[in-house]
Amino acid sequence: MSGRTARAPLLTAYAALVFAFVYLPIVVLIVYSFNRDGVGGFPPSHLTLAWYRQLFADAAIWDAVVNSLIVAAGSVALSLTLGLLAALALDRAAFPGKALFRRLVLLPLILPGIITGLSLLMFAVFAGMQLSLLTVFLGHGTALISVATTELFAGLQKMDRAQEEASLDLGATPWQTFWRVTLPNLKLSLIAAGLLIFTLSMDEIAVTFFLIGRDNTLPLEIWGRLRRGITPEINAISALIFAVSVGLIVIWYRVRTRSIGAEAPDLLERP
Amino acid sequence: MYSRLYKTIVSAPPLLWVGLFLLLPYALMFAHSFWMVRDGFLVHEWNLQNYHKLLTNPLYVGVLLRTMRIAASVTLCSLLLGYPLAYYLSFHSGPRKELLYQLVIVPLWVSYLVRGYAWKTILGSDGVLNGFLQYLHLTREPVGFLLYSPFAVVLMLTHIYTPFVFLPIYAALEHIPRPLVEASHDLGAGQRATFLRVILPLSMPGLLAGATFAFVLSLGDFLAPLLVGGPSGTMIANIVQSLFGAAYDWPLGAAVSVCILLITVSLLFLTERLEKRWSFK
Repeated sequence: MSGRTARAPLLTAYAALVFAFVYLPIVVLIVYSFNRDGVGGFPPSHLTLAWYRQLFADAAIWDAVVNSLIVAAGSVALSLTLGLLAALALDRAAFPGKALFRRLVLLPLILPGIITGLSLLMFAVFAGMQLSLLTVFLGHGTALISVATTELFAGLQKMDRAQEEASLDLGATPWQTFWRVTLPNLKLSLIAAGLLIFTLSMDEIAVTFFLIGRDNTLPLEIWGRLRRGITPEINAISALIFAVSVGLIVIWYRVRTRSIGAEAPDLLERP
Repeated sequence: MYSRLYKTIVSAPPLLWVGLFLLLPYALMFAHSFWMVRDGFLVHEWNLQNYHKLLTNPLYVGVLLRTMRIAASVTLCSLLLGYPLAYYLSFHSGPRKELLYQLVIVPLWVSYLVRGYAWKTILGSDGVLNGFLQYLHLTREPVGFLLYSPFAVVLMLTHIYTPFVFLPIYAALEHIPRPLVEASHDLGAGQRATFLRVILPLSMPGLLAGATFAFVLSLGDFLAPLLVGGPSGTMIANIVQSLFGAAYDWPLGAAVSVCILLITVSLLFLTERLEKRWSFK
């Protein structure tokens, strides 16, 4: 039966169109970052690197990049730690409210960002916290526990439980077993989850929008500039963000496939 | 195999953290929606007036209806783009399958802002598309209606959510046992009949999951209208945002948010039920 790979020219053409729809805007964005005469007009002419030079000399952008890096690094640490514990708890412990907990953790991934962002804003005001990078970090770190938990839970499910049993039988304490058996086994899953969380935090805007104080993250800095009109410098930084994000996501995908396999449930599949 | 202490150590910190930084904030949102603002101050008096205002003010109801129309259009367009793509990848892409799959899911996780900004530069009155149309002498004046319209919002959100819709549909298609498809062919069903009576019903759970994501995420979007929507593309989340900002009526804003939340959660609940019923296992 060869029906499976039967040729379907119409369908192939349609799929190519969809790919074009997905990628063409990005291509246009990148092309115009080299255009001397600005972001509009056709065809682009007088290709130049001037906008990239301007970008590299733009101190405000690089301050924002540093802020984003700090927030992202902190969020990775926070959400991986809590996500790992949550995954272990979901995998191994029975506690009251487990089903509710599981849903609650995943909510920030499914709910529109404005709901999570505003809820956290109200919490910050309620707790008397000043809005700053710290509140942004708390927001990202907490919202992304969803990603860490899902990814690490998948890693745990794939792990060979017998190794841990052997370790315990041979006299290792649970603590030693955790550090020497459980954690090394999850290494790839942790790296993969960390990469994804890092990328998502670097790019996050909807939740950040409501939690930002005086110091901007990179997406918020760009957002602020969009109001003052658009220049190819924004195209240039967007092109760089796109390149870096794609790089990180491709590495994430490769590591993930190696650790939990291509057959692993996708993040967006319901648990 | 795991001691009680171990279980406590792994479950207590995430439970406490999520309770404090997620459950409590969501609960605060809920509580705010029953409070009120008097003379510029938040008053903790429990009442239903926010919900009353919300349901009787034609402005809010109108924007909510428009938002649902936009979200429904985004869902439909994303399905029309995402389903055939997933079908192509699952059944017809041959050896390039893995590469193509990565090509679809990579943009899914890549910057919302970058992808939205790209549309702004394309659709503007002195943007790329207008430049292109004039270059081809199809139009002489810039076409103004492209940017700052509900159309632009639908276009941008469709671009963003097509990969979201693709993913669960593709997963569902991949899980269809191929012998079922072959049996259908062997028993004399053509391509069309096989698709309509075997493949489509079996991919329904994925289709539903994808549609739910697209609808729910579009429903609460406030950035696309700000970026490309203009006044005629204002959506319900923009109302929330202005109530929390310039208008300073947090309780009313919270009430609108709770409505978005309720629509979202009930849709998720409903489609999960349907998915379970339609999945064969």
